[in-house]
Amino acid sequence: MKRIYVNEKWCLGCHLCEYECAFANSGLTDMVRALKGKTIHPRIRVEDGEEIHFAVSCRHCKDALCVQSCISGALTKDESGMVRIDREKCVGCLTCVLVCPYGAIMPAPDGHAAQKCMLCTDNLCGEPNCVKHCPNNAIVYEER
Amino acid sequence: MKYVIIGNSAAGIAAAEEIRARDKEGEVVILSDEKYPVYGRPLISYYLLGATDRERMNYRSPDFYEKNNFSFRPGTRAEKIDAQAKEVLLSGGEKVKYDKLLVATGSRPFTPPIAGLEKVKKRFSFMTLDDALSLEKALAGKKKRVFILGAGLIGLKCLEGIADRANGVAVADMAGHILPSILDEAGAAVVQRTLGAHGAEFYLNDSVAEFEENAALLKSGKRVPFDVLVTAVGVRPNTELVKEAGGQVRRGIVIDDHMRTSLPDVYAAGDCTESRDIVSGEYRILALLPNARFQGRCAGADMAGGDEAFDTAFAMNAIGFFGTRVLTAGCYAGEEYTEAEGDTYKKLFIGDNVLNGFILVNESECAGIYTDLIRRRTPLSEVDFALLEKAPQLRAFSAKARAGMLAKEV
Repeated sequence: MKRIYVNEKWCLGCHLCEYECAFANSGLTDMVRALKGKTIHPRIRVEDGEEIHFAVSCRHCKDALCVQSCISGALTKDESGMVRIDREKCVGCLTCVLVCPYGAIMPAPDGHAAQKCMLCTDNLCGEPNCVKHCPNNAIVYEER
Repeated sequence: MKYVIIGNSAAGIAAAEEIRARDKEGEVVILSDEKYPVYGRPLISYYLLGATDRERMNYRSPDFYEKNNFSFRPGTRAEKIDAQAKEVLLSGGEKVKYDKLLVATGSRPFTPPIAGLEKVKKRFSFMTLDDALSLEKALAGKKKRVFILGAGLIGLKCLEGIADRANGVAVADMAGHILPSILDEAGAAVVQRTLGAHGAEFYLNDSVAEFEENAALLKSGKRVPFDVLVTAVGVRPNTELVKEAGGQVRRGIVIDDHMRTSLPDVYAAGDCTESRDIVSGEYRILALLPNARFQGRCAGADMAGGDEAFDTAFAMNAIGFFGTRVLTAGCYAGEEYTEAEGDTYKKLFIGDNVLNGFILVNESECAGIYTDLIRRRTPLSEVDFALLEKAPQLRAFSAKARAGMLAKEV
């Protein structure tokens, strides 16, 4: 399946992907209204070292530890291979946060569920907004 | 091929799904002594809390058994295994033949004998949906005083579930601090503050000398009146079926890395078994949902003719109380690294070039990066552990290791 990959060498560490992610998942169409004055809770996170920067989001692992470990059945793998979360079923126990080797699933801001990248299939964008807006094409959406 | 699975929870269902993925034709019979389709067992406290409901507790869709062509037998108890005849005797006298059998019988509550316990009429365990529904009924109407015996995972999740619908909850435990199986004293103190703020009273380093119908007389001499009692002292694995059939049982059912018991064509998985803990090297019961799923899936694969092994068992717990988050994993042995500030608490246990375990209270972010160091027994010399001590992060790994994680399909 197509997944999101980051080319570490090209990532500038601008964190724009985090803002685009938060915007995409805000349910709003105006970026200023969606983000201004708000603490963002993106599903992609950028790590910054002295020399390196890179973004991390759900790897949609072939054999996802989070799916196996979920206590409520909220995390599933769909036919395409995407790891999905059903926010209604999720009780926010954070077992998935405890097992994800990539730090790619996190508590949702309301604290009652987890959240993760669903490749923008669960919002108005329909395609990964972080990829679309990465100024240096460091984040790509492709088959590997 | 005919598969029989005793148990309809995490391990049994994982096995059934894996069998079906590999064998589209085989007959799969799932026996359950409960009357419900598979539900998220740890969700019973969230149900009482109002964080989920009966429908959302269903672990699989309503057409799960039918769609997979599983023959589901709710309310049916397996009474006996005849390993020679390869059949299971059911409650009601029916016998079911099997080619491959999985024992995923879980565990049951255990309460040591306490004087007067039988006098308590409103007495509950907290392991099953039926337990939760009975407790819910008992707590309806005028607010009741609740006494919980045991400040472990089960007792305290029950406490969280009912604290706001009870007229005070008292908890007693012999241990000196709450959650003794997963927390140290300092970590427990943070959680206890949260629970205390919700009206919980604790009687630690104490135990019940005697029960009256509506009061507990503690060894310390205190008398704690209550309307409803919940016993959550401990659990015992359901090993009898295998033991009586002549299979090897220690504290739990003995299995190998393929989940095979010592009986031919009989497998076991989940809370009724012992696992080899990769951190301590010891065989112990790791009664955890993820462990049950991994074991169940492995058993299912092997029952259906595959050759899978599951050999990475270790302890891990994610548990929360009114927004206070506790994530723990591994064993608490080795050199300690501690950070504590206000309501956040972090302790790492560092062994010989490996991470042995951790306790994180209100420090959830990226915790799985630590867990993976434990799972893989990653040599700490291969990572920038000074960086990792501060926070779990992938930049502490080499560029090559990171490329393996982020630049290809995983």
